[in-house]
Amino acid sequence: MNKPRRLQITNYRAASHWGKLLLALLTAFAFIFPIQTALAQGPTPTDDEVNRIAKQLYCPVCESTPLDVCPTEACRQWRDLIRTMLAEGKSEEEIQQYFVAQYGARVLAEPPNRLATYLVPAVAILLGAFLLFRGFQMWMKPVTADEDETEQTAKPAQDPYVARLEEELKKQK
Amino acid sequence: MIANFGFGVLLITFFVALYSVFAAIYGERRQLPSMVESARRAMLLTWPLLTLASLVLIYLLVNNHYEVQFVYEVTSRSMPMYLKITAWWGGQAGSLLFWSWLMAAFTSLVTLRKWDRDREFLPWVIVVACATMAFFIGMNVFFENPFAQLYQTFQGVSAYTLKPADGILFTPEDGRGLNPLLRHPGMIIHPPMLYLGFVAYVIPYAFAMAALITGRTDDRWIRLTRRWSLWAWLFLSFGLVLGGRWAYDVLGWGGYWGWDPVEIAAFMPWLTGTAFLHSVMIQEKRGMLKHWNMLLIILTYALVIFGTFLTRSGVLSSVHSFAQSAIGPLFFAFIGFTLITSVALIIYRWSSLKSETEMTSVLSREALFLFNNLLFMSILVVCFWGVIFPLISELFTGQKVTVGPPFYERATSPLFGGLMLLMGIAPLSAWGHSTVKTLGRALWKPAIAALLITVVLFFTYTQRVGALIGFFLVAFVILVTIYEYWRGAYARQRSQGENVLTAFWNLTGRNRRRYGGYIIHISMMLMAIGILGIEMFQMETQGTLQQGQTISLGNYELTYREVAQWDDLPSGVNYRRAVLDVHEDGEYLGQLAPRIDYYYDSQQNMTIPGQRSTMRDDLYVLLVDWEPVGASGATFKIYINPLVNWLWLGSFLFLAGVVIAAWPEKEAERVPVKARVRVPQKQTSAAD
Amino acid sequence: MTETSIPAPRRGVPIWVQIIIWVFLVGLLAIVAMGLQRAQQGTVQPGQVIDNFTLSLFSGYEMDGKSEIHLEDLRGKVVVINFWASWCKPCEQEAAELQQAWTEYEPTGQVLFLGVDYVDTEPEARVYLKKFGITYPNGPDLATRISQYFRIKGVPETYFVDQDGVLQYVQVGPFTSIDQIRAQIDPLIK
Repeated sequence: MNKPRRLQITNYRAASHWGKLLLALLTAFAFIFPIQTALAQGPTPTDDEVNRIAKQLYCPVCESTPLDVCPTEACRQWRDLIRTMLAEGKSEEEIQQYFVAQYGARVLAEPPNRLATYLVPAVAILLGAFLLFRGFQMWMKPVTADEDETEQTAKPAQDPYVARLEEELKKQK
Repeated sequence: MIANFGFGVLLITFFVALYSVFAAIYGERRQLPSMVESARRAMLLTWPLLTLASLVLIYLLVNNHYEVQFVYEVTSRSMPMYLKITAWWGGQAGSLLFWSWLMAAFTSLVTLRKWDRDREFLPWVIVVACATMAFFIGMNVFFENPFAQLYQTFQGVSAYTLKPADGILFTPEDGRGLNPLLRHPGMIIHPPMLYLGFVAYVIPYAFAMAALITGRTDDRWIRLTRRWSLWAWLFLSFGLVLGGRWAYDVLGWGGYWGWDPVEIAAFMPWLTGTAFLHSVMIQEKRGMLKHWNMLLIILTYALVIFGTFLTRSGVLSSVHSFAQSAIGPLFFAFIGFTLITSVALIIYRWSSLKSETEMTSVLSREALFLFNNLLFMSILVVCFWGVIFPLISELFTGQKVTVGPPFYERATSPLFGGLMLLMGIAPLSAWGHSTVKTLGRALWKPAIAALLITVVLFFTYTQRVGALIGFFLVAFVILVTIYEYWRGAYARQRSQGENVLTAFWNLTGRNRRRYGGYIIHISMMLMAIGILGIEMFQMETQGTLQQGQTISLGNYELTYREVAQWDDLPSGVNYRRAVLDVHEDGEYLGQLAPRIDYYYDSQQNMTIPGQRSTMRDDLYVLLVDWEPVGASGATFKIYINPLVNWLWLGSFLFLAGVVIAAWPEKEAERVPVKARVRVPQKQTSAAD
Repeated sequence: MTETSIPAPRRGVPIWVQIIIWVFLVGLLAIVAMGLQRAQQGTVQPGQVIDNFTLSLFSGYEMDGKSEIHLEDLRGKVVVINFWASWCKPCEQEAAELQQAWTEYEPTGQVLFLGVDYVDTEPEARVYLKKFGITYPNGPDLATRISQYFRIKGVPETYFVDQDGVLQYVQVGPFTSIDQIRAQIDPLIK
């Protein structure tokens, strides 16, 4: 992480008037600079903005807890870190990348390797569907010849209530 | 003393269960009914023994015997009586004992029925059930002894089953206390519900194994265990819903399901169990899908054991994880053994599981149930892969990853949508033959009506495509189901001359499985409304308020009034409670009081939300301890969860539906006709 | 799963399907077994040669002006690797002792203390280091690679590696006195 280095004035040499003037100017400049950057940062990011990013990250030490709801001290520090980074103008991707670089890929809600995660279940499901339809194909062949016969049985099957009705009426007789 | 007695009872029970297994096998192989009967009696003995062991444990829990390690870990003096009793399943060792106790109870119930027509099943049912029981008791006896006591030796204080040579009994002054998160009423019922479901599934599995071993692979084993499958499913479903409700009320993240690996481990058997519940209807009616039913019940049992293993062995990381222990390898051996024997048996008997009739149409009811199986299996594949992928990633690439909600939601949403579509189409499909025309004729009215409702929602509620599709499917299913109900009642009305209400009542009474099932479908759609609401339309915000300041979200304005902090030393809790006024569009609605409870013994916080619940939405406020609560203000997190109470309403209706479906029928169960004829209009049993 | 419509030949499961099923099943069990074994493993144990790793250092805590340390460059010195975090309360118990030990051993040129900051934030880490006046090289464990290699179970943990790169001792939890630290280092530099 790049933090702006504080200007360090280690050598204080009261040499000459010009030296003092130069130093005074430099010192004044040193104070102006941070103020400038503070103005450039803008207002402190709201809790909602922090949460929006924290929601998508997971706490690196707790188990399966998203960063916006994690109650521990460490998580509080991470949320403050997000706030600071947002104030510096970092984008969502930059913050995420920083967290991944610092804490590993487990901090993301999804594995970085999208292909591996989605490919296997997709293939398995498609394979299952394919096998099923192959099975249907094998079953369906002999039936096409009997379609007329089965059309007749379709009608009474559609209204099982009438059929049951008749059955029950027969029982009562 | 008493603890040692309890351990002794457990040890005896272990040997009794083992004896039962071997006696049953021996009696069956040598055709000695007396040995089988001996095995049965031994099996009946396990329940009184386990009840005794459990009572001993409860006695120790209630009487503050902190020299017993388990008592020390899960209770403390400040806990109320009812929590001390329910701490029985509050930790690893006790919950394993609870599991064994349930297993013994269920197996005893099963063996108390008449076995005249199914003599050949009995020994194998005893073998499978008692082997499972012996395994769980064995874990208690050898690895996780609930009666282990703390002894002080040269090396320090540790727990031992038997007193070590130089050990002195060590009695802590107070216990560590149950994790405060677990001290909520929902948390008390949630584990027993889940265990009831898990353990009850062992019975149909045992019968399935007996069917495979004996070769009696017709639907007899299904009929015998039909009630068990249904009740197991009920408990499992309810356990899952309770877990969700508890998470929503107490965990403080405004959600009810986090796609955590342990949640998924309990969800996976539910998936196969639901598929099984539907698929067996096809076997009973048409003698089809026999392979599927065997596979599904084996998978359900395997997933139950595997899920229990995953949550307790430390293989996966999860918020739910029990402390890691040495039971991992034993569990693994048991799973390996179970999977290998089950798969070997089903391969061995594959050809005897042939269908009795053929499937003739892609749109017939049998075919739709087959699609149903496929969809449930697909969701299972997604869940299983999501759970196992972090493990694979870490083993093969060294990189730790998290598979979180985005993956599961993206991958399962279309599959759940497909299931809902089937819920709407299948009740109107016909057995045997169905064409697009016949099905279309039945479906077009509810489909158009659902479409109209969706259009109305488009103009009044939301334009989001995903939500609209969801609402369309919900409306479609509810309309089709009500239509089916109405058709049946109308037919009764016409033929029997009953009024509408009596017609409904008698219709349900005479056909409980079908109409109970329809009620369950409707209840699931109500739950779907709740899920759609909270998942798609949740609003949240967070802010720090000074006293008197207002924060707004949606149409609500909340004004921070005051905060109070006080100790409840007898209970060992420190309360911080904030009060907010709630206004909606300027109108005063009332007050909400979120709080943070700090438990001194376990040094943990519980965030309890302030909730205002209506059918339209939930206003849910949390006192967040991002900043310390004090004069500088308090930080609140506010959620608006639209429609979420439909989820809980649906779950109540669900309970009613299952009770109706499972209620014993008035008419005696008829013996099914052996040879099935392809004549669709004759139903072979009273239960349709 | 697929059946012929002619009822007569009762097929079992074809051999090739059986092979696939068993391979899949055995594979799954193998993965679970490996996962279980890994979960049961403790930390890296004494006797093992520690692989090279790279620790990038916080600015102000470099070693000889270098902002990165490679373990293999440190052969010939005893390396004391201490895992800590600013949010870890027990770590504070040993921080002063570790710094004191460093001031004792640094002049000999034979020992190097390395602080590895586990899953922490830099501002808080700096506050912690300043609070205890720590001067030995310190850096963040980027992507938790180093702690994963050592399979640490928590913080604080300290690993003593001798001049040949072989792990000699693992301290789980904080040191209670500086004598404990001396007791591990002195035999190695004799």
